[in-house]
Amino acid sequence: MTRAISTPASGGLGLDGARTLFRKEILRFWKVAFQTVAAPVLTAVLYLLIFGHVLEEHVQVYGQVRYTSFLIPGLVMMSVLQNAFANSSSSLIQSKITGNLVFLLVTPLSHRAWFVAYVGASMVRGLVVGLGVLLVTMWFAPLSLAQPLWSLVFALLGAGMLGSLGLIAGLWAEKFDQMAAFQNFLIVPMTFLAGVFYSTHSLPGFWQQASRLNPFFYMIDGFRRGFFGVSDVSPWTSLAVVGVSFLLVAALALRLLRTGYKLRH
Amino acid sequence: MSSIPAVSFQNVSKIYSSARGEVRALQGVGFDIPQGEFFGLLGPNGAGKTTLISILAGLSRASGGQVRVHGHDVVSDYALARRCLGIVPQELVFDPFFSVRETLRIQSGYFGIHRNDAWIDELLHNLGLADKANANMRQLSGGMKRRVLVAQALVHRPPVIVLDEPTAGVDVELRQTLWQFIARLNKEGHTVLLTTHYLEEAEALCSRIGMLKQGRIVALDRTANLLAGTAHSMLRFKTDDPLPASVSARARVTGRIAQVSAHDAQDVERTLSALHAANVRVEDLEIGRADLEDVFLAIMQGGTPPAAPVEAGPVTALQSATRGARS
Repeated sequence: MTRAISTPASGGLGLDGARTLFRKEILRFWKVAFQTVAAPVLTAVLYLLIFGHVLEEHVQVYGQVRYTSFLIPGLVMMSVLQNAFANSSSSLIQSKITGNLVFLLVTPLSHRAWFVAYVGASMVRGLVVGLGVLLVTMWFAPLSLAQPLWSLVFALLGAGMLGSLGLIAGLWAEKFDQMAAFQNFLIVPMTFLAGVFYSTHSLPGFWQQASRLNPFFYMIDGFRRGFFGVSDVSPWTSLAVVGVSFLLVAALALRLLRTGYKLRH
Repeated sequence: MSSIPAVSFQNVSKIYSSARGEVRALQGVGFDIPQGEFFGLLGPNGAGKTTLISILAGLSRASGGQVRVHGHDVVSDYALARRCLGIVPQELVFDPFFSVRETLRIQSGYFGIHRNDAWIDELLHNLGLADKANANMRQLSGGMKRRVLVAQALVHRPPVIVLDEPTAGVDVELRQTLWQFIARLNKEGHTVLLTTHYLEEAEALCSRIGMLKQGRIVALDRTANLLAGTAHSMLRFKTDDPLPASVSARARVTGRIAQVSAHDAQDVERTLSALHAANVRVEDLEIGRADLEDVFLAIMQGGTPPAAPVEAGPVTALQSATRGARS
């Protein structure tokens, strides 16, 4: 006669598991930090060197700000956004394609735990890369932090939104080609056309208005506000647009996780 | 022993939609596995074994019916149901970023269990992985990766262990190590649900067996009853000659080895006479009892299934119905 093993206790459900998944996601990108941190920092520095060299003498922004100084916060925020997206999207698509996502699917983690862990780790990677870009580029031009709280708020919200968007892309894509399409035809154009390299005030009227439809523009403009104390639009407008965008994207990501979209058939 | 079944399948169905129409992977599957049982789920490829296990694990959703683990519904009460389950997947998958110990710590952490190194060390020792604890998963051989899959499934000490073809393509040493360890866990009270194509393993390990065919349960009984229920003897011999039609209809041929079922002594005599008459040269002739493989093939080929009484364990309405349908 065997003795029965009882049902395990349910204490600490969800949150403990989310902490482990969060740590695992951090460890995952940190183990390949040359690729996930050092490489994007180098790319941003190259952008600064090339664009700064070509345009420094020809462009001045907000009346008195040097072009290279103007460019640095844009590059920092672009790096934050692109790397936050890359973290959750690449982790999910790799796990799906190699099949090791099964180890997570059989756990008691709730959809909220998945969201918090994946998006949290994406934010960490985005902010680490952004900080790396800032620490390296800040020596190339004078820079001040006039209203640093704005920079912090937009960096956090932007990283959170792109981490959530990466999660959606990772759930949706079934092959690396689809993921590359999402990244190259949506994320990269939206970040490049969001005023990283220019102030939208320098654009013709139509394109200036078109830029206002891009939520990435508000993230970068709001982030720059923290450095220069001036921006293309009011930081409160940017906060409203970015905040609502984040909530919508997060709600969609949570819904997809809850329904097991392309995870549980 | 608790009266709540370790696993309960109630009228489970699964329908996939494809371009060619609906595919019914499971149809009205229903049976219970009592706590502490070593249960074997057998069936040919595509019978629905992995689909049923996927539904149990929450990897797939049933189109109808209900699945419970220790009384917890796998959909509405998934967190507790999954805490009770340790699944060894069929595919050899791993996370290339981590070492064996990191992999096990992470898996343990997903279940909210930290500082679990004493149990992780015991798992590594029992599965012959102690010297690989700090090796990256990419550096391991296929057999070693399979052992890690087993350790991952057991790391949160689940009361129910599900092994989906765990010995497919692994060497004899691992099979023995694995089965010794799993048998020990079963003796300690863990329920084991095993799917395998190695029927001798199922015969040796499982106290009860269910057989799936085209998404339906076609046999469900204690292993001893399934074996006792077959009245067949088996003639086994080697030959290079073609078998006469009257024999080949009842024969299973693997290379030079032929196995022919026979109902009784007269049937054995008739078979030998037919072989003699056809000038078939026979070597290494043996006469033995049918094993689980013979029972399995008889059932899968739509032959007469065993009709022995159920010795113990729950008899579901479906079980009674399938018996009735077969008789």
